[in-house]
Amino acid sequence: MNPGLGIVPRLIIGIGNPSRGDDAIGPLAIERLEALNLPDVELLTDFQLQVEHALDLVGRREVVFIDAAASGAAPFSFEPAAPAADASATSHALSPAAVLQAFLRVTDESLPPAFVLAVRGYEFELGAPMSAAAARNLEAALAMLAARLAA
Amino acid sequence: MSFELETAAHPTGLKRVVIEPVSRVEGHGKVSILLDDEDQVKQVRLHIVEFRGFEKFIQGRPYWEIPVMVQRLCGICPVSHHLAAAKALDQVVGVDYLTPTADKIRRLMHYGQILQSHALHFFHLSSPDLLFGFDSEVAKRNIVGVSAEFPDIARQGVLLRRFGQEVIRVTAGKRVHGTGAIPGGVNKAVTREERDVLLKDIYQIIGWCRSAVALAKRLHLANAGLYNSFGAFRSNLLSLVGPRGALDLYHGTLRARDSAGEIIFDGVDYSRYWDYLTEEVKPWSYMKFPYIRELGAEEGWYKVGPLARVQNCDFIPTPFADAERREFVDFGGGLPVHATLAYHWARMIELLFSAEAIKDLLHDDDILGGELVVEGEHSERGVGVIEAPRGTLIHHYRVNEDDIVVRANLIVSTTHNNQAMNESIRHVAKRYLNGRKLTEGLLNHIEVAIRAFDPCLSCATHALGRMPLSIELFDAEGACIDTLVKDSHERCG
Repeated sequence: MNPGLGIVPRLIIGIGNPSRGDDAIGPLAIERLEALNLPDVELLTDFQLQVEHALDLVGRREVVFIDAAASGAAPFSFEPAAPAADASATSHALSPAAVLQAFLRVTDESLPPAFVLAVRGYEFELGAPMSAAAARNLEAALAMLAARLAA
Repeated sequence: MSFELETAAHPTGLKRVVIEPVSRVEGHGKVSILLDDEDQVKQVRLHIVEFRGFEKFIQGRPYWEIPVMVQRLCGICPVSHHLAAAKALDQVVGVDYLTPTADKIRRLMHYGQILQSHALHFFHLSSPDLLFGFDSEVAKRNIVGVSAEFPDIARQGVLLRRFGQEVIRVTAGKRVHGTGAIPGGVNKAVTREERDVLLKDIYQIIGWCRSAVALAKRLHLANAGLYNSFGAFRSNLLSLVGPRGALDLYHGTLRARDSAGEIIFDGVDYSRYWDYLTEEVKPWSYMKFPYIRELGAEEGWYKVGPLARVQNCDFIPTPFADAERREFVDFGGGLPVHATLAYHWARMIELLFSAEAIKDLLHDDDILGGELVVEGEHSERGVGVIEAPRGTLIHHYRVNEDDIVVRANLIVSTTHNNQAMNESIRHVAKRYLNGRKLTEGLLNHIEVAIRAFDPCLSCATHALGRMPLSIELFDAEGACIDTLVKDSHERCG
């Protein structure tokens, strides 16, 4: 199996459940970015990160994880991500750091630069719409990301 | 089948230990343990956040949206919900039999899901306990430790998951939020190119699955005394079985056996599951307790999932997996194996079966095209049952004349195993915790028992910063006197 063939250099992964309130931030961000038809950018979305996402990172020049954050800075934080064997490594839902750690475990590749765009969310109930505050945070985050991608 | 340790005779004044949430299971689980002054276990309960609100989430939507919407109930097994809903809605659109193409593409999708789910559970969530020991050094007892000492196992786990997800992608249209199964059939066939890519890897996949069964078996046999007794309890078994008693995880009729392996019922059309299964409500748990109606709540509870399925069927219709099943059955010496840790061995047999079933389906040209959808006379009610990775999954809908879902009832695999999981942790608590100072390693024994069932406790939400494990010890006055977390130790009192 060669998971590295036919690779687009930049990968953006939006994480979250579209039907759980502000957890929709990740997939909604991907939906918005898809509309921009960005060159050299592959967009992925999933409910949560798991070990196999490590293989999506193979051969990339840069990786950005977009996720809702239940705590932390508003409207968003954008920070480099480093591999770490945190507690999420033992769960069905990995952190970006744990995915990077998994990448080092299962591939012989150099780790691409990776960033986490953590957009502050507030409500995560099944069936709830995205909160107005989270929607504003997402707009601010997307504006930053679009400017960065255009630079 | 007793309910010993479910409720303490005199709970006032007992010490309370809480494990919340249970790690390496999906969603949120909490275990509470009551101890007396001599640290004797008096009460043990597994509390699970129920799928509350799910029915409400579904009601009021047009029926054709449901197979896509229900995937959002669970980020771990969305394909199982997708297919169970589609099967229920087949009945709503009056379809008793799918076309060969639709049936085989759905099966392919389902076995892709089983493969990737079982691979994650064994290789990444359970292997640390099994390879290093339940109370081994916590810093090592994780997938990083496994990777360091058993790099092939960690890598194969990732590649098996990726393969399973590729099978899902080509059959459902996407890795997530797929739309492949629709009421009455599927919306796409597999292209020859997609098929050939998967075929290229399937023999390697089968080889790894055979090695995985061998490893699970070796671990069990090497420490049979522990594996046979740890959290073991006798219970009834429930699953679907296919024609002539074949293992079939996609479709079939309901079969139940008692703890000695005798048939309770067989060949039951799941469209009227409520004639055979019902649920009990207990005031201390959000999650209901299903049981076999004719036996009553005390005698009628059962277990579902790999351990039930591998023993409930009469044969597995693929050669390597059936050879492994026969060896497993022989190990039981003519009686069902009820060891909780035998779930791992049985799960790997199913992993192998899934890989072999995928291979057979990839070689079947029906998946490449043909009639995709059929429709018949619409009905107001539909029931879909599937054997999801964790066990029997029931979707039941009622649709009005405007095609709107007005009622939904879901009984998920983990709910079927509710009493079984409680029973298992009570056995473990009684055996390992009685009279001993609690440590992380000892409490992990409780989690090992829960994890064997691979419970999916719901919740596809996962926002950053929410995955701590804390274990809190309360004194008789209710004050917190100690807190343990997975990677550090801190005091709160």
